[in-house]
Amino acid sequence: MKISARHREGVTVLDPKGKITIGAGDVALREAVGEALVAGSSKILINLRGVSTCDSSGIGEMVAAYTTVKNRGGELKLCALPAKVSDVLQITQLITVFEIYDSEDEAIASF
Amino acid sequence: MIVPQPEVLVAISSKYENIEFVQTAIEASLFLLALDEETSFQIGLAVREAVANAIEHGNSEDADKRVEVRCRCENERVVVQVRDEGEGFDLENVPDPLEPNNLLNTSGRGILFMNEFMDEIDYTFGADGGTMVTMKKSITLAPKVARPIEEE
Repeated sequence: MKISARHREGVTVLDPKGKITIGAGDVALREAVGEALVAGSSKILINLRGVSTCDSSGIGEMVAAYTTVKNRGGELKLCALPAKVSDVLQITQLITVFEIYDSEDEAIASF
Repeated sequence: MIVPQPEVLVAISSKYENIEFVQTAIEASLFLLALDEETSFQIGLAVREAVANAIEHGNSEDADKRVEVRCRCENERVVVQVRDEGEGFDLENVPDPLEPNNLLNTSGRGILFMNEFMDEIDYTFGADGGTMVTMKKSITLAPKVARPIEEE
């Protein structure tokens, strides 16, 4: 999986592409969120439109990112969930934990 | 008489980077069953989770220990067995990831995914160690595609 970062209206937007799964994608996500925090960002949006699969390890990394950012007084939100990612968030009941938006524009406006 | 379908066996050393290979191999072996994308995805993810558990919790990431995955189709069900060489575990001691206090745990959701995506899960613990997880899922075979051959 590859993750690129960009900035929009004071929000760091992360664009993961591919699989957020054990052994590769989960570590990449952790590193990307860590770099955003080190750079001083407190508003982080993960745009998941390019993610094809997310396993339990990937979900775990999203939770870790959420709590890390929150514990530092920041906000981490999700947008543009593909059906397969939405399904696993439903199964794990994390759909009630994360702040999730259909579109990036809506998510940006919410910060 | 129904002729048994061939069984696919994939054996790997206990390294996380091998999980992708196992999932790809199992999904490829199911290709002839012409499963819908959703079913194929669910089986593939359940296999991924079972193998990850076997590597992490079963074999304690010891690369010298193997994980074996067997996959076959019987009676319009896909049957996947994942065997490790570990010490086994007590299902009763596995925390429920849906308990409110566990919702923000960063691990422990693999069995939840397996239960969600497959119809039946059984665990067998060998007398000499090792755990075998057997997962079954009912499927709908496309007409005349990979249907078991009936002998005269």
